[in-house]
Amino acid sequence: MALLKRLAELDRPQVDFVLDGQPAIALQGDTLLTALLCSVDALKGSDFSAEPRAGFCLMGACQDCWVRLEDGRRVRACSTLIEPGMQVTREPGRQP
Amino acid sequence: MNSTHVVIVGAGPAGVRAAETLVRKGVAPVLIDEGMRAGGQIYRQQPQGFSRPAKALYGFEASKANAIHVCAEDLASQIDYRPKTLVWNANADTLDLLCDDRFEQLGYDRLIVATGATDRVLPVPGWTLPGVYTLGAAQIALKFQGCAIGDPVVFAGTGPLLYLVAYQYAKAGAKVTAVLDEAGFSDQCRALPGLLRQPSTLAKGLYYRAWLLANGVRVEQGASLVRIDGEKRVASVAWQQGGVEHSLPCSAVGFSYALRSETQLADLLGCEFVWSPLNRAWLPRRDASGRSSLEHVYLAGDGAGIMGADAAEMAGERAALAVLQDMGIAVDGARAEKLERGLAQIERFRDGLEHAFPFPEGWAAKADDALMLCRCEEIRVGQLRDVVRAGAVDINRAKALCRVGMGRCQGRMCGAAAMEIIACESGLTIDSVGRLRGQAPIKPLPFAVGPDA
Repeated sequence: MALLKRLAELDRPQVDFVLDGQPAIALQGDTLLTALLCSVDALKGSDFSAEPRAGFCLMGACQDCWVRLEDGRRVRACSTLIEPGMQVTREPGRQP
Repeated sequence: MNSTHVVIVGAGPAGVRAAETLVRKGVAPVLIDEGMRAGGQIYRQQPQGFSRPAKALYGFEASKANAIHVCAEDLASQIDYRPKTLVWNANADTLDLLCDDRFEQLGYDRLIVATGATDRVLPVPGWTLPGVYTLGAAQIALKFQGCAIGDPVVFAGTGPLLYLVAYQYAKAGAKVTAVLDEAGFSDQCRALPGLLRQPSTLAKGLYYRAWLLANGVRVEQGASLVRIDGEKRVASVAWQQGGVEHSLPCSAVGFSYALRSETQLADLLGCEFVWSPLNRAWLPRRDASGRSSLEHVYLAGDGAGIMGADAAEMAGERAALAVLQDMGIAVDGARAEKLERGLAQIERFRDGLEHAFPFPEGWAAKADDALMLCRCEEIRVGQLRDVVRAGAVDINRAKALCRVGMGRCQGRMCGAAAMEIIACESGLTIDSVGRLRGQAPIKPLPFAVGPDA
């Protein structure tokens, strides 16, 4: 279930991407954070106890929104724009 | 063009005005921007293809935001503007950059550091739940992405952003259930004399609150956050007011306690730091012109002390004038003096703001041992108290022993709170527990894999 709620800029073109292996839809100009949190309610599990996290500062400071791309790169979801066909994977974090 | 290499780090109001001032005198700087487009956080521009007008995004500040954006646009062809570029390390004559996954070194002769600020956070139980964001984050979600952090939302904490963000959300059509202001009415009365030094800013603050009340938004003063509840995401928020606990269901909480300066680069450069009682933080020392303790390093904007966007524009221009003066280029002395007077006036106004939105000094004493303090390393308050009781009363020593502030964010989120816990537990004053040191890289690099590598 979505965490964020879109209030404006709703008539942008759709962008198809893949989230955890499933087809997903975002809008052009969405950050990965927006794209993901408009359909699911977490971005990753915390590093040491796998608690759900969904970012916190949205300005590249807290480092709590890292997700993985298909090439293995990790990026901050809050400061990376979605691109068509992107394959984004959420990391579950480590169970204690 | 002059052959001296001047580099500006940060393209918010300070960095942009600094660049403009240099260009006017024939000096073309490199302007490094971690963001995608100039404006910084305060005047952050929405991505290409978005259509809301400036008035909808920046309200009363629309003309100032526009002016900065137009200025940056005009400058782009005259300077070396580098968006999406992180300065991850800084030495006496070189910066280490990362842009589009490429490393680069950039030499400089003179450097203006205008790195801005982030929200100051004091943890509350439940603050790591999805749906909890800083006030700055809530504002970015709306102005940069057209999204609310949830629906309905409760805003809490303190600082000028509190009422502004609540107003912007309600205006944009979000359901704002309540505004929980940590500061009491009496704090704000005591602050009036200071605030009257800048009547337009005071008027805006009063306007936001009056608008919220007139539009049926619940506004509570003297309301302290107690916890945020929820299983996998926010479900409700609890606060205390006059000794009574209240709670409200909501799906998101935006909270923070004013702002804190981003000082890591100044630290790596070796700038001398001084304690600022007003900011309740260690800040790189700067004189009225923006000169740091280092001959070739200049400081401007909120990254060197929280004074707001108007002051950042002035400080950026003043620091650039100092660079020019030190290069032996004649500048308008009267203009420099006028900027310094303007900055001094805003500093006095800041005093008033600090009374209106006082730091919640009782936070550390009330914090439970089980409270999650460091969200990166998942260190709880009790773990920090243990090492303090064992003698680690310096923040860097405590960090080495219990890992607080050692994670990916380098203490940006928990550092201020950790200092409060150490001071409270040890009985030392807040300015005697040391200063959390910056480390290169000041932000994780994309290939730097996490703790599982």
